[in-house]
Amino acid sequence: MPIKRTLSDRITDGINLLLLLLLSLVMLFPFYYITAVSFSSYEEFVNTELLLFPKAWVLDAYRFIFDSKEFIRSIGVTVYITIVGALVSLLLTSTMAFSLTRRLWGQRFYLFLVLFTFIFGAGMIPTYLIVKATGLINSYWSLIIPDAISSFNLIVMRQFFMSIPEELNEAAVIDGANDWQIYTRIILPLSKPALAAFGLFYAVGQWNTYFNAILYLNDPAKWTVQVILRQIVILDDAANTLASAARDAARSAHLPPPETIGMAAIILATIPILIVYPFLQKHFAKGVMLGSVKG
Amino acid sequence: MSTTSVEAGNTVIESKKAPTRSLAARLFRERYGFLLLLPGLVYFIWFRYVPMLGNIIAFEDYSPFKGFLHSDWVGLKHFKRIFEDAEVVRVIGNTLWLFFLQTLFAFPVPIILALMLNEVRNQRVKRLIQSVVYLPHFLSWVVVVGIVTIFLKTEGIVNKGLHFVFGMEPIQFLQEPGWFMPLIVLEVIWKEAGWGTIIFLAALAGVNPTLYEAAIVDGASRWRQMWHITLPAIRGTIIILLILRLGSVLDSGFTQIFLMLNPFTMDVGNVLDTFVYFKGIQQSDFSFGTAVGLFKGLVGLVLILAVNRLAKKFGEEGVF
Repeated sequence: MPIKRTLSDRITDGINLLLLLLLSLVMLFPFYYITAVSFSSYEEFVNTELLLFPKAWVLDAYRFIFDSKEFIRSIGVTVYITIVGALVSLLLTSTMAFSLTRRLWGQRFYLFLVLFTFIFGAGMIPTYLIVKATGLINSYWSLIIPDAISSFNLIVMRQFFMSIPEELNEAAVIDGANDWQIYTRIILPLSKPALAAFGLFYAVGQWNTYFNAILYLNDPAKWTVQVILRQIVILDDAANTLASAARDAARSAHLPPPETIGMAAIILATIPILIVYPFLQKHFAKGVMLGSVKG
Repeated sequence: MSTTSVEAGNTVIESKKAPTRSLAARLFRERYGFLLLLPGLVYFIWFRYVPMLGNIIAFEDYSPFKGFLHSDWVGLKHFKRIFEDAEVVRVIGNTLWLFFLQTLFAFPVPIILALMLNEVRNQRVKRLIQSVVYLPHFLSWVVVVGIVTIFLKTEGIVNKGLHFVFGMEPIQFLQEPGWFMPLIVLEVIWKEAGWGTIIFLAALAGVNPTLYEAAIVDGASRWRQMWHITLPAIRGTIIILLILRLGSVLDSGFTQIFLMLNPFTMDVGNVLDTFVYFKGIQQSDFSFGTAVGLFKGLVGLVLILAVNRLAKKFGEEGVF
């Protein structure tokens, strides 16, 4: 039933909306600023007091980054880890999540093993020592395997599998299907959109991973995008981090300011996230709500 | 219920052959299920539970050459060090101070934001704002701290702007110890406040709209509606999230702090997470690092169990 809104209601709504729009601007401004300045030229960047909108948009900083073997290699490495990592995580999470819906012998115990990790974790050093003992140090698998299953995703995925009508499984069982056949022929085909969403979440996690990379990879030749990004932007060391491009640029006496290189690097490291963001957004609200259902 | 018919059939056949071997028969019958369980189970045991046992080195003087089982047993020596070492005491102080600041300033923001979003009538505008405020959650900490570095460094846009408008001298935001904790909290708000609204908005979506209609008929103002209908609807969620927070009182978020730390801010900014890394990994003091990590984990475990029980005692739902 429509209710007539009073004047004070309208004012409250107006102020509320204004505040929210201001907040949105605060969220968006850094993206705008970083993008704009990453395209500015050397002269304009150095000579402008407060650069908010470059007059000439040039690609110098991007060209410099793409000239560097280090950045390109780190992108390649990270793409590889992201794809393989997401697939491995999906496989391990979905098989286990499905098996935990099958009322296997000892199921309560396996479920407890998963849930207990929510309230107690082993700690950094013992985990590091086990990863080391497994022989994963300096291997890209160290970024993929030790965090392959997120307990949270596992529980949410199990909830999702349990929401698939039981009748389908019953029919399959009567037809003589075993659990493996139910998993591959019924559950997986019916869960494609959900699996895509979980895969995206794992992929974003891998793309953004930093901690495991500094913990387990000592060799700078194996650095991922995030590690390179920290060297360039936070430690302000573009020249050494991207040494191959710096050498070339020094010869032509045309080195873009390290600030614009850093901003361009941030943009390049963020673009993949922005591309998948619409797909992420479609699914995540559902996921959070599923996860809040008590199991 | 799904397998009743099959189970019944199997039991008939099995009971003729070997009634005592029913467990073996059950395991055999469920072999494909176990095949699917196995990879995940092995993962959990090897990468989550074996390291838990590995915490035993907190009671040893661990030497990589002697291994977990053969290093010298020293009992509680490293745990005593935790409370005798002035540096650890300061690090624990930093950790608790940060937790206090986060709970006071960062925790309420998603609640307020969710209440604000809930009042927006135009659904398209609401969705648009949501799209914007959720986005930073998906950025890496390196990107967020990178943006902050670019904005706040001596010749960054914030200092330029302050000089331009107020003629101020540059502030060393990133080196000044007093700015460290406020920046950490602000970064968390910028990155996670929007994302944090989702769980509250989900709770608010479940509120029966007739409650509001009845309140309006009774002459309740917008503020009274919020106080008597909206806030009670999310009270349970707030309490659960507070319980979960207490369980991670000593977790500060390693990556963010590590990226923000520099020699100038080490005294005020070093927290338990980063301390364990510096001691245990960089200085290879494995046993001491593990002892500090185990101390941290146990405090979290005890707190979450205690608070959960307390919440239940007061008639709230609790987490488990």
